[in-house]
Amino acid sequence: MPQLDYVAPTSAEDASAALAAGGGLAKVLAGGTDLLVQLRSGRLAPGVIVDLKRVTGAIGIREEDGSFVIGAATPGAIVGEHEALGRAWPGVVEAATLIGSTQIQGRASMAGNLCNASPAADSVPALVAAQATCVIVGPDGRRTAPAEAIAVAPGMTSLAPGEFILEIRLPPRPPRSADAYLRSIPRTEMDIAVVGAGVNLSLDDAGLVSRARVALGAVAPTVIVVEAAAKALIGTRLDEEALAGLDAAARAACSPISDKRGTIEFRTKIAGVLARRAAIIAFARAGERA
Amino acid sequence: MKRRQISAVVNGDPVEFLSWPGATLLDALRDELLLTGSKEGCGSGDCGACSVIVDGRLVCSCLMLAAEAQGRRIETIEGMAEGGALHPLQRKFLEHAALQCGFCTPGLLVAAKALLEANPEPTESEARYWLAGNLCRCTGYDKVIRAVMDAAAEMRQVRV
Repeated sequence: MPQLDYVAPTSAEDASAALAAGGGLAKVLAGGTDLLVQLRSGRLAPGVIVDLKRVTGAIGIREEDGSFVIGAATPGAIVGEHEALGRAWPGVVEAATLIGSTQIQGRASMAGNLCNASPAADSVPALVAAQATCVIVGPDGRRTAPAEAIAVAPGMTSLAPGEFILEIRLPPRPPRSADAYLRSIPRTEMDIAVVGAGVNLSLDDAGLVSRARVALGAVAPTVIVVEAAAKALIGTRLDEEALAGLDAAARAACSPISDKRGTIEFRTKIAGVLARRAAIIAFARAGERA
Repeated sequence: MKRRQISAVVNGDPVEFLSWPGATLLDALRDELLLTGSKEGCGSGDCGACSVIVDGRLVCSCLMLAAEAQGRRIETIEGMAEGGALHPLQRKFLEHAALQCGFCTPGLLVAAKALLEANPEPTESEARYWLAGNLCRCTGYDKVIRAVMDAAAEMRQVRV
């Protein structure tokens, strides 16, 4: 067995120092639902595991100037139980709590989902649609990056050695705003998205869409933002023409692979369908807030 | 490489054990503490046979490092019966024959206990979703669900 060390620092600076000292052989542990599987399969053989869960602020949800701040190691179960977060960001919460079983929800975190960098990560399209940002701690201090900048390829992130995500921030919400996330899987539970779609939108006083953001998962090497799809919704009440525009733009943005979960053709078609349905749900939710 | 000493509370009792840095909580429970009720089915968090409750949360002990258990409160299947008295869920599993080979049963019982602590009056659908992470290849789940619903009903009666 190779050398392996485990540390559980209590400050973000100590965590960054431990990661930097470990170099390329250091791995961050939050919920561990991906990391332990990779350790066991032999895909990873780290020299040191840096457990974030004892770092101040790494677990928990707080409100700050209209933003929700979610600690990086906060498990899905806590995300799902937070009523105010669920009211403000129903799409983010449904995406996070769709992941895995009750047991996985007891551990798995959204920051872990981001950093595992799977194109099919359920919480990522919802976070990207929400314009979530990540507070990243590293040897040179703190920086902020948008959620869509974390994954750069399947399994690869833009985080430099010694860097880790400390918290995820969801921006202040204008009135009449809501989001939704839908995924397609062949069963009802415990599966990986064949396609995922997150839609976040705001309505103006007249009930027309004034802002929109659409993100798709599992149809490209990373989660993608589809600006043309969002544009198709602006100034509309989601009439058929707007939805057809959204659908076409979503399909046009897809560059998926064919694998055992679905073919290129299937994924592309479903991306349009899910984007439509998620937009309809987000629109209805936003309308209820008028 | 050296083993680390871990202190935790397991089923209400303070325990200390040594663990290798890469060992899982499941490894420690089974090999160090000799609590072999928790089973390893898949080792990847898919089957739920290793389910335990850590600080009130249901988790797969195969997906948690033993070192993470430092200072945590852990409940396993071994703590479910009180002395000789079976937990209502255990009795109902027997009454409804909700097991055949029994390998998944400790995990299902621990998961069902966590369900009834969080939601004493689950619908059948809620129970099925909650237990979706516990695989059973023998029963077809129906008897398991009947046992859980029956135990929930009995526990509600006792509570009143």
